[in-house]
Amino acid sequence: MSQKTTVHAEDGKQELTITRVFDLPLELLFKAYTDAEIIAQWMGTKVLKLENKNHGGYRFETADAQGNVVFRANGTIHEFSPNQKIIRTFEMENTPFATQLEFLEFESLSENTSKINIHILYKSVALRNQILQLPFAQGINIAHNRLQDIVQKLK
Amino acid sequence: MNLRRDVFQAIADPTRRAILLLVSSQSMTAGAIASNFDTARPTVSKHLQILTECELLRQEQNGREIHYHLNPKKMKEIAEFIEPFRKMWDDRFNKLEDIMKNYKPKK
Repeated sequence: MSQKTTVHAEDGKQELTITRVFDLPLELLFKAYTDAEIIAQWMGTKVLKLENKNHGGYRFETADAQGNVVFRANGTIHEFSPNQKIIRTFEMENTPFATQLEFLEFESLSENTSKINIHILYKSVALRNQILQLPFAQGINIAHNRLQDIVQKLK
Repeated sequence: MNLRRDVFQAIADPTRRAILLLVSSQSMTAGAIASNFDTARPTVSKHLQILTECELLRQEQNGREIHYHLNPKKMKEIAEFIEPFRKMWDDRFNKLEDIMKNYKPKK
């Protein structure tokens, strides 16, 4: 199976690009990025604020099963061009990670296919590499925790 | 004993991942690396040995000191550092696609 989502991160650069082709018309792909209810579904986060306009902003929040907030992020929307482009910042609150700048470009490939290209700029190469490795570290931690749970039950 | 070391075994350990992160920004001596951990020095040496054996780290003689630095070629080879990031986005986008395929505009 070919990989639909590609991540391109060149050595020694403080940027990366994420590209994905969808079996969706451009309008539906763009809607998934601009409708708070739909964002909440695929991002798995609560949308506290979403102003889709030039000089707008957004804020997301994720809570665990106990209702504790585990993740909060916000950003400023610099440019909002329907079905074309969103330029925004992204900041994870209460983390040491500096704000990043994101260029989201939407493109129609055919009547029923479309593409997104996300170009992200980080404050430094080291920060980009750290963010790239987060899911890796978390994945390993989750695996370890699961293993621990299983081992606990065996005792 | 000749234990075959593979990169996946090497990066499965949290201390070794921390060492790789440390060295990714600059090359360091074993002592400088060890000073970042509470672990006993011989334990850190063992980790360095494993990382070197599987070529994730390279040793470089620098005068009297041996510096450890990251082997980017090997890191790239395993691409394992990027794969979970890619997978995370792929999962998200698959969800997005599913949701929008079933999307019915509200009247």
